[in-house]
Amino acid sequence: MARSSKLAIVGGRLAEALPALIGIIVVTFLLTRALPGDPAVQFAGPAADAKSIAEIRKSLGLDRSLPEQFVIYLGQLASGDLGQSISTGQPVLNELVTRLPASLELTLAALLLSITIALPLGILAATRPDTWIDHLCRLVTTAGVSLPTFFTGLALVYVFYYLLGIAPAPMGRLDIVMLPPPTVTGFYTLDALIAADPATFRAALAQLVLPATTLALFTLAPIARMTRGAMLQVLGSDFVRTARAAGLSGRTVLLTYALRNALLPVITTLGMVFSFTLGANVLVEKVFAWPGIGSYAIEALVVSDYAAVQGFVLAMALLFVTLNLVIDIVYTLVDPRVGGEG
Amino acid sequence: MQRNSASEAGSARRDPRRGRSTWLRHLHHVVTSNPVTLIAFLLLGILLLAAIAGPSLVPYDPLATSSRMQLKPPSWQHWFGTDQLGRDVFSRVVVAARLDLMISVAAVALSFVAGATLGSLAGYFGGWTDRVVGRLCDTIMAFPLFVLAMGIVAALGNTIENIVYATAIINLPFYARMARAEASIRRNAGFVQAARLSGNSDLRTLAVHVFPNALPPMMVQASLNMGWAILNAAGLSFIGLGVRPPTPEWGIMVAEGANYIVSGEWWLALFPGLALMLAVFTFNLLGDGLRDIVDPQRRT
Amino acid sequence: MQRRQFLAGAGAALAGPELLPHLKSSAAWAAAPTDTLVVAVATTINSLDLHRVGTNRPSYQVTVNCYDRLLTFDTKTMPDGAVVYDYTKLKGELAESWEISADGLSATFKLKSNATFWDGTPVTAADVKWSFDRAVSLGGFPTVQMKAGGLLKPEQFEAVDDTTFRIKFLRKSKLTIPDLAVPVPFVLSSKVGKAKATDKDPWATEHFHRNPMGSGAYKIERWDPGQQIVYTRNDKWVGGPLPAFRRVIIREIPAQATRRALVERGDVHLAFEVPAKDAREMKEKGSAKVVGAPIDNCLHVLATNLTFEPFKDKRVRQAIAYALPYQQIFDQAAYGRGAKMWGGPSSAPSSIAWPQPFPYSTNIDKAKELLAQTPFKSGFEVPLSFDLGTAEWGEPTALLIQEGLDKIGIKATIDKIPGANWRTVALVEKKLPLHLENFGGWLNTPCYYFFWSYVKGALFNSSNYDDAEMKQLVEETLHLEASDPAYAPKIKRMIAKAFDDVPRIPLWQPYLDSAMRKDIDGYTSWFHRQPDVRFMKPAKA
Repeated sequence: MARSSKLAIVGGRLAEALPALIGIIVVTFLLTRALPGDPAVQFAGPAADAKSIAEIRKSLGLDRSLPEQFVIYLGQLASGDLGQSISTGQPVLNELVTRLPASLELTLAALLLSITIALPLGILAATRPDTWIDHLCRLVTTAGVSLPTFFTGLALVYVFYYLLGIAPAPMGRLDIVMLPPPTVTGFYTLDALIAADPATFRAALAQLVLPATTLALFTLAPIARMTRGAMLQVLGSDFVRTARAAGLSGRTVLLTYALRNALLPVITTLGMVFSFTLGANVLVEKVFAWPGIGSYAIEALVVSDYAAVQGFVLAMALLFVTLNLVIDIVYTLVDPRVGGEG
Repeated sequence: MQRNSASEAGSARRDPRRGRSTWLRHLHHVVTSNPVTLIAFLLLGILLLAAIAGPSLVPYDPLATSSRMQLKPPSWQHWFGTDQLGRDVFSRVVVAARLDLMISVAAVALSFVAGATLGSLAGYFGGWTDRVVGRLCDTIMAFPLFVLAMGIVAALGNTIENIVYATAIINLPFYARMARAEASIRRNAGFVQAARLSGNSDLRTLAVHVFPNALPPMMVQASLNMGWAILNAAGLSFIGLGVRPPTPEWGIMVAEGANYIVSGEWWLALFPGLALMLAVFTFNLLGDGLRDIVDPQRRT
Repeated sequence: MQRRQFLAGAGAALAGPELLPHLKSSAAWAAAPTDTLVVAVATTINSLDLHRVGTNRPSYQVTVNCYDRLLTFDTKTMPDGAVVYDYTKLKGELAESWEISADGLSATFKLKSNATFWDGTPVTAADVKWSFDRAVSLGGFPTVQMKAGGLLKPEQFEAVDDTTFRIKFLRKSKLTIPDLAVPVPFVLSSKVGKAKATDKDPWATEHFHRNPMGSGAYKIERWDPGQQIVYTRNDKWVGGPLPAFRRVIIREIPAQATRRALVERGDVHLAFEVPAKDAREMKEKGSAKVVGAPIDNCLHVLATNLTFEPFKDKRVRQAIAYALPYQQIFDQAAYGRGAKMWGGPSSAPSSIAWPQPFPYSTNIDKAKELLAQTPFKSGFEVPLSFDLGTAEWGEPTALLIQEGLDKIGIKATIDKIPGANWRTVALVEKKLPLHLENFGGWLNTPCYYFFWSYVKGALFNSSNYDDAEMKQLVEETLHLEASDPAYAPKIKRMIAKAFDDVPRIPLWQPYLDSAMRKDIDGYTSWFHRQPDVRFMKPAKA
């Protein structure tokens, strides 16, 4: 009974993701059309006259009514055509395929770094609430989240590259003299490992350190905070007390019973942090000349590059919907409170 | 000692409607037992002072340029130095407090109210209300949030109101989801059914008995969001979509100052950056402190 | 795999594995540039074909470095040692020689017989004709630029034989020959072009967009859009002396502070186009070599829009011209990197030099007096707009102007306009009442500047300035030889009118500065404001 209702919920969630996608397509379409500026003027380039602008408007299909444009756009989407980007002159799909791995590699590296620091910090704080350790954890993580990422990034570049000279030049994913490893995953670090090329691996990793640190500093606080909160709640719950009373060692209780149960809200938070980070790293990408989709989106937005903005948002949205869906499903399957009536 | 006082407070607070004096006593307890929260309250006091009285406190006109005082490092005359147009950075940092606090408070209040209302309605009534709100949140959440904010401000125009709206919209789902989760879990709980049976209307039950339970996690979220709201505005400034010059605003000052770091004029970005950090910091710490006050779980 | 295919498909062949060991061991280049030059630029290249619709300005550098034109400008050395192009001296690039017919209505070019495209096929007059036909037929910017030189129709171009090419003029114009040396009339392989043409795309723009085929000094080794472009030297180039660097890597670094850090630390050899402040400081500190020259025929101006009420009155415009804090703007927005364009000696120009200082300087009393004669003596409110893309100088300038105008009762509110919208509202719709503008003409004559910015309907006349006499003067002088006795008096009259009517109030003539490592030499400043890497070389020890 409970099992079948959970399956139904999972199925329902899958079906529910569809309206969200449609919503995104509509909102993105309308948002790009509301952007100021005329792409035909932009596309026509300097010194274009009224006639050539009108020609271009026609060739871009911008002389048609909005509903017509929308129908055409849907038709293109259905055939997998995301259009051509004005700002880079490439098919949007190509851009996304080449740039998405760069952004994902950076985001995941940052999250990994963040989790390895924040999780122990959170647990430490939860086991010693209101002591100086707890307060210090709070201060440190809070300080991290309180700085704008572009400021942290530039400060790190200034200190570690410009003054000390220990970090590599902030010029994208690889040093200029290196060639990217053969593409398997699109992650330079992984690809270099697969190609058994330690030099390239080291170089790719070195380029990652500063931007990933910048982003990680920013994501420490929510993860540590949620870990601490969830751990505190679990540690105060009856079954942990029972386990303690049953004579299990503090370590076992902490790591097996408490942590496992506390991870649920932490995973939910991670999902949110991931989507937030992927969106926020547009600024970090700009500082580090990182060729990801974030920096691409900024450029596209500033020049009213409709196809690029739409393609970018759609790709991100698909990513997030999938992620949220997975988290929801995991949550539904695991959480006893959801699903069982009463 | 620590454990003692915590359990004391816990036993004193089972019923959230016990009375004002208990609440105040608890506030006192939290502030004295947790020095960090005390610091947060002090910082908030400073921020509020700057926001309210800032313009009359500062030594210089924050907009007045000077050709002789361009890019001077911090000194006794100019505590935080001067910027590229010879304006006093200290005066600009202090005066900016009002605008930045206004942006963040307005944005968070908007999304808090709207999100809480939508979310608890969805969770309590379920059905199509739930579906509509759920899809709305999914749609917003599926956007890369900062890019959505960029898009909204770019499309609607570069004004303070639009920055507030954009920030409110991207934060709305967080509140809506939390409120919904709590409401849906508790709508069939015994104490809620009891309240309904004793003749309370649905809305009243929702507002008085269900919603307060959603407050603690939402307070934590609000505390984080206050800071994020300012950072969001700062990020928009960094790409040129922020507050209009010459209005002093921390984000835009950091963004512009960041270009001067490499050339050695660190004070341009550092001091507004510190102010920004201080404000975000204060809100985050306050959020924790507030949770200690309202969250019954925390004190067992 | 996908990425590789994509790159290969884009015609940017990946460097073969044999290059790998060389690359990895070449960390030494950082110490002494001998082989590879690394350049940092701010902006993104979006096409390898200038003629294509939608190609942006930064992409013009590909045309400069990878393609040849018939002619090019010679260079000259300024008193401070900076090398700049010389508008008055032309030399052949693909052309070995050329002559103007006796009647002055055609020009015949003899091509260098040993010029070949990268694929080995010789460059013939047919290629030149095909390329010129392309430029005048595709529409948009290339066609407009060709038209400025009186080149309108394919019938004007004739391939006499393989190495002889002739242009028939529709009218005599002093702009025709210089217009052949701007980036637009570059020569592509017509063989490749015809092979790749389709009914929908008769000029093969989609092909050349990613796969250039020229005869220029550098070939494209790879192009990673939004990241970098890598040039390899074409050892068979005959357009000029063989470039010193075998490879050139152009990296896009969007953050200005990062570009400065990179060149100061020596990780890039050249940071192209650095802001005035960085230029001045690096020069003073000696942390990098800064080379810059005033951009010919270019002015940063405050433009008033004559369709808006207060600015219809000439005295209001003059009052504003007297209210601006020129020196402060020059110090704090231009950091002294420019030529002063205020405080001219007289309202009657003594020469036809352009640009030249306008006869205004900061004089608040005079400004108030002028304003008091108008219905707007109690002041008014007006938005002051600038392009977000030029915020580096635009923002401080706007703030200082705001302060200056405040002193005569004009309340300006500052409006930053994002790039996409800027062209639309400022130049196409021309509906910004008061704004900063920075047009620069490629062809260096005053009449050319006036043609673009003082004639009703002209793109850069964002002031909507409409004056019958000015229009007539521009028409009469645009094609007239500068040696004609009628020329100078007419130009003086034009300048005098610009002085008096001041729809555009000049602030300063900007510099284009670039910073490079001290062991780099050969940087040349061009009117097209693109990095020309063909003459870059290691400095002599």
